[in-house]
Amino acid sequence: MSNQNGKESLQTKLEKNIFAMYLFMALSVSLAGIVQIVPLFTNPETVKDEVTLADGTTQSLLWQRVEGQSLSDWKPGDGVRPNTPLEVAGRDIYQREGCYLCHSQMIRPFRDENERYGHFSLAVESKYDHPFQWGSKRTGPDLARVGGKYSDEWHILHLRHPQALVPESVMPKYKFLDKATVDGDEIATHMSGLRKVGVPYTDADIAGAAEAVTGKTEMDAMVAYLQSLGNMIKFENGVTYRE
Amino acid sequence: MNLTQKYDLGVVKWFTIMSSVYLVVATLLGVYIASELAFPYLNDLGTDLPYFQFGRLRPLHTNAAIFAFGGSVLMAAAFYIVQRTNQTRLWSNKMAWFTFWSWNLVIVLAVVTLPLGLTQAKEYAELEWPIDILITLSWASYLYNFIMTIHIRDRNKVPHVYVANWFFMGMMVMVTYLHVVNNLSIPVDWFKSYSIFSGVQDAMIQWWWGHNAVGFFLTAGFLGIMYYFVPKQAQRPVYSYRLSVIHFWALMFGYVWLGAHHLQYTALPDWAGSLGATISLAMIIPSWGGALNGILTLSGAWDRLREDYILRFLIMSLAFYAMSTFEGPVMAAKNVNALSHYTDWTIGHVHSGTLGWNIMVAAGAMYHMIERIYNVKLSQKLLATHFWIHTIGTVMYIVSMWVSGIMQGLMWRAYDEYGTLAYSFAESVSAMHPYYVMRAAGGVLIFVGAIVMLINIVSTIRKSDSVQTANA
Repeated sequence: MSNQNGKESLQTKLEKNIFAMYLFMALSVSLAGIVQIVPLFTNPETVKDEVTLADGTTQSLLWQRVEGQSLSDWKPGDGVRPNTPLEVAGRDIYQREGCYLCHSQMIRPFRDENERYGHFSLAVESKYDHPFQWGSKRTGPDLARVGGKYSDEWHILHLRHPQALVPESVMPKYKFLDKATVDGDEIATHMSGLRKVGVPYTDADIAGAAEAVTGKTEMDAMVAYLQSLGNMIKFENGVTYRE
Repeated sequence: MNLTQKYDLGVVKWFTIMSSVYLVVATLLGVYIASELAFPYLNDLGTDLPYFQFGRLRPLHTNAAIFAFGGSVLMAAAFYIVQRTNQTRLWSNKMAWFTFWSWNLVIVLAVVTLPLGLTQAKEYAELEWPIDILITLSWASYLYNFIMTIHIRDRNKVPHVYVANWFFMGMMVMVTYLHVVNNLSIPVDWFKSYSIFSGVQDAMIQWWWGHNAVGFFLTAGFLGIMYYFVPKQAQRPVYSYRLSVIHFWALMFGYVWLGAHHLQYTALPDWAGSLGATISLAMIIPSWGGALNGILTLSGAWDRLREDYILRFLIMSLAFYAMSTFEGPVMAAKNVNALSHYTDWTIGHVHSGTLGWNIMVAAGAMYHMIERIYNVKLSQKLLATHFWIHTIGTVMYIVSMWVSGIMQGLMWRAYDEYGTLAYSFAESVSAMHPYYVMRAAGGVLIFVGAIVMLINIVSTIRKSDSVQTANA
């Protein structure tokens, strides 16, 4: 392209015309985005939401919600669903406290990670995550499938004083979550914001949000969120979840 | 006629001074959060308050280092270089001051909002949407003023635009894209918004941003600094013009693909990660092209390194640049990444770039500008002190993170003779303790170095002010 450096080469022309150079730069830095990022939005395989079961039938990995059903009608293993109001509050706190800086939520397909954390993560499991919380560092363990692994009581004690349960831990104490209560109207606003970016909440979900979190502390919300992580899909043997 | 009469240097001075101040702040925060990992009781200090906890302060550290310190250096250097190399004043000195005040307002807002937990929860893009808009305005004013200053040059005196300017411009273009796209979100109130992207796409866009904040903000921009100040301080022309053309365009085209190597083995489709890794390997060529072009500029003038500490900063920075741009592609290779990802090795790699390359090349440039603008000599003793403690601190930091990172990776995947996992996660955490202490100690040296730098700059400026007053 402009790498040749002949007599009055393209490079020479660009060096004399700053606006032309600007244009060339703008184009050359755009190419990667077009080739590498745009297909992630257009190719349905990127967020595969169906699998073929052993008996040849297709199963959706997303919760097939029937009209009139509320979020509380969902059962573990029914498929990926939007967070409940209390979980939304917990997720907001997870972000506010910067949990993602030390905990990943993305299990890789390795034997040791499978044994330590569980089945590798699927793209569809973070379909409703705005923003994604995969993280980049494990100062603490991965949390992608922490839901159901410990009791609520364990989480409360651990969040209040991590070293009381895990002496080696370097995690900060989150006692202050006990004192703050969740604001119901705020959560309803947040859920309508999430609906705008594509999370399928119904009017009823949003209308019921304030009531659903009444009297709950931030600690309750945090625990509810942690307990929701990773158990939405029921994984079965012999099914290919990722090529 | 001296420099200050010929050019608009007021804004350059203030950006330089502020970047020296922000370096002290950023390294202090770094030392504090590093110490929290070594001694977790520092997170609460007996109080019940969240404001000094790791999760709240870590974004403040990264934003202070990259945008407050790095950004101010880039703005000081760009406004200096664009005037000197195009032999003209700024297109608009007023607009440059707008850039200065708006950028510093962004930094003040970051200091207030991040400890309060107001965050978008995307790494290095934590600042909430109103601040993002202010950043966009500030950045646009910087870009526009820069290009227009080049445009109004006297084409008879300066027909060709000098290479340092290309790098700055490339950075400005790309950072505009990155910042705008990665921060697209729907606000729910003044302090909270949700990214319009989710899951896989959000991850890819975040690391397209994340890696190119490194690739453009901390590499292309700082190469612009290198291309002006290394030849100036060495008083030699750039080693090879041809090499600079090739590695410039290779960097513009190539860096942008690399983000996906942060997402290997994740739920990102394999083709995207592999593509990122392949181009990462190829990037070693343009990266080393730049490093060699800088280092070889010294050909025939190596003896100057013996006396000139500013030149030492510049050349040492290129050695670290070459080292970390070799390490990067290695870590992007899939089988290495399987071990290194999620560990402290990544943190060590980033810091070999930021501490070894960015701070050192910036220090060289800042010292050079202060000497030229004020027409004075800095204290050689303090320069030497800064150089040595910074170098030793950096090496301590990098080495401790290499050891802890590789150890973590190996412990997590180790099996015992019965075929079960050999270590609990907690055991890997406690094994990190000595390295976290060593890292914090290295950080203290770097922090002290930053204070030495600030003292040297401020006392030199005050000395020059009193000389000028006496002469008047």
